[in-house]
Amino acid sequence: MRKFLYLLMGLVLMTISVALGMVHADPFTKEDLKKWDESFTVVMKEGDKLFHSSQLGKNSVSCDMCHPNGADTHPETYPKFQKQLGKVVGLRDMINWCIQNPLEGQPLAADDPKMVALEAYMTWERRGVKLEPGKH
Amino acid sequence: MSEKMTRRTFLKAAGTLTAAAALPVSLVEMAWGQKSGEKFTFAYISDAHITQIKGTEFVKNFDKGLQKAVLEVNFMDPKPDFVVFGGDLAQLGKKEEFEHGLEIMKDLTVPVKWVIGEHDYYLDLGKYWQEKVSPLYYSFDHKGVHFVVLNSILTDDDWTHRRWPTPEERMLQMARLDNPNGSPFMVKEEQRAWLKKDLTKVRQGSPIVVLSHSPLYKIFKPWNFWTDDAEQVQAILKPFKNLRVLHGHVHQILYNQIGNIPFNAFMATAWPWPYPVSYSQLPNKVPAITVFMNRADPFKERDGTGWGYLDMNGGMLHHYELWENTPRTVRAGGEMKAPGDTAYQDPAKRIPPQKRY
Repeated sequence: MRKFLYLLMGLVLMTISVALGMVHADPFTKEDLKKWDESFTVVMKEGDKLFHSSQLGKNSVSCDMCHPNGADTHPETYPKFQKQLGKVVGLRDMINWCIQNPLEGQPLAADDPKMVALEAYMTWERRGVKLEPGKH
Repeated sequence: MSEKMTRRTFLKAAGTLTAAAALPVSLVEMAWGQKSGEKFTFAYISDAHITQIKGTEFVKNFDKGLQKAVLEVNFMDPKPDFVVFGGDLAQLGKKEEFEHGLEIMKDLTVPVKWVIGEHDYYLDLGKYWQEKVSPLYYSFDHKGVHFVVLNSILTDDDWTHRRWPTPEERMLQMARLDNPNGSPFMVKEEQRAWLKKDLTKVRQGSPIVVLSHSPLYKIFKPWNFWTDDAEQVQAILKPFKNLRVLHGHVHQILYNQIGNIPFNAFMATAWPWPYPVSYSQLPNKVPAITVFMNRADPFKERDGTGWGYLDMNGGMLHHYELWENTPRTVRAGGEMKAPGDTAYQDPAKRIPPQKRY
């Protein structure tokens, strides 16, 4: 009986959708693509700025001093077993490790926009490199 | 540190300090096959990047690198005749950074021959350096070897004098390695003319050591692992058959040979840099003969920094001792044979940490 009710509800919703012209899922346009790409670029550039600034830490050291163009950060290999931590960690864990140690700063929350921006920049600098999670 | 090195060289006072178990400087032993040549050694310390945070506060990590180097040079046995400092004593060319760095270097018990790096230059264009440290370029003779020090980190006049609103901004721009608004290093005409003239006084076949901060060849322009007029400098050096170039700047083991000129780079005391092969977006000309340093463990503060050792007295060996890592030995190269790692040159013998990607 319950199954029948769900089916009925589904049919009703579908009819409404068709009536409203919403039968095609996610119909994005070229303009949408451009807009989203621009939004990504803004965040990636913010990450670029943070990566090259001393504001993440407290001792004027910045990420790019050891990692020009994000080199030797290997975002394509995360998550992976980080031998020094004895467990599998994500890229953000290593970003925070660097902020806390060489930069002597406070770690960022995983959903901090700064963390997202840093990840955007670091992965952008590795674009096109194939994903190899777990690789050392 | 290898057994051979421990016994042979520095540590009379064995076990004096754990720090002395691996020496951060390069001990360069010179004999050069000249019968008249007197054997001697010199050490090489480079890229200290002393960084002021504010007031009397400096980045401890980089202080410790230079302090460790100085301490261990003072334990060297035989004592080196002098130390070459390969450039980048300061991070942003500030008076406070120079003073702090010189205070650490002052503890050395042997004289220092200074090479200027871009971090020492682009705030005041070498004013402090010339007044308190050293001339920007010069030559000297030591026990039959002619040493030439070049200021290889000049760049075009427009970038230097007209591009930036303040000297501080200019320094910040030059200090960023991967700066798209950077400018390539050059020796420039005035110094090339001086170099040509300076070398006329060297007897044919006599040993020559050229000391520069940047590599006098082209590796990767976006990071200034590059000297823009390198070909013109090499043309001046080419007629000399017993010549080598030692440089800093790249913060890594790097060796190459172009014609009869071998080039050897030294590690920094501050931090290691990736090889340009690790930047996937642009092509590079990293010398194919270099076997890379092991990838550094970021959890070990001094990993990837260290020192080298050039033995010209039997096999021409260049010995790189790395802090918190495995020592490396490289044939120094020359007219007869290109440089090559004695243990790892054969690709089949390389180990996973040497793979860079």
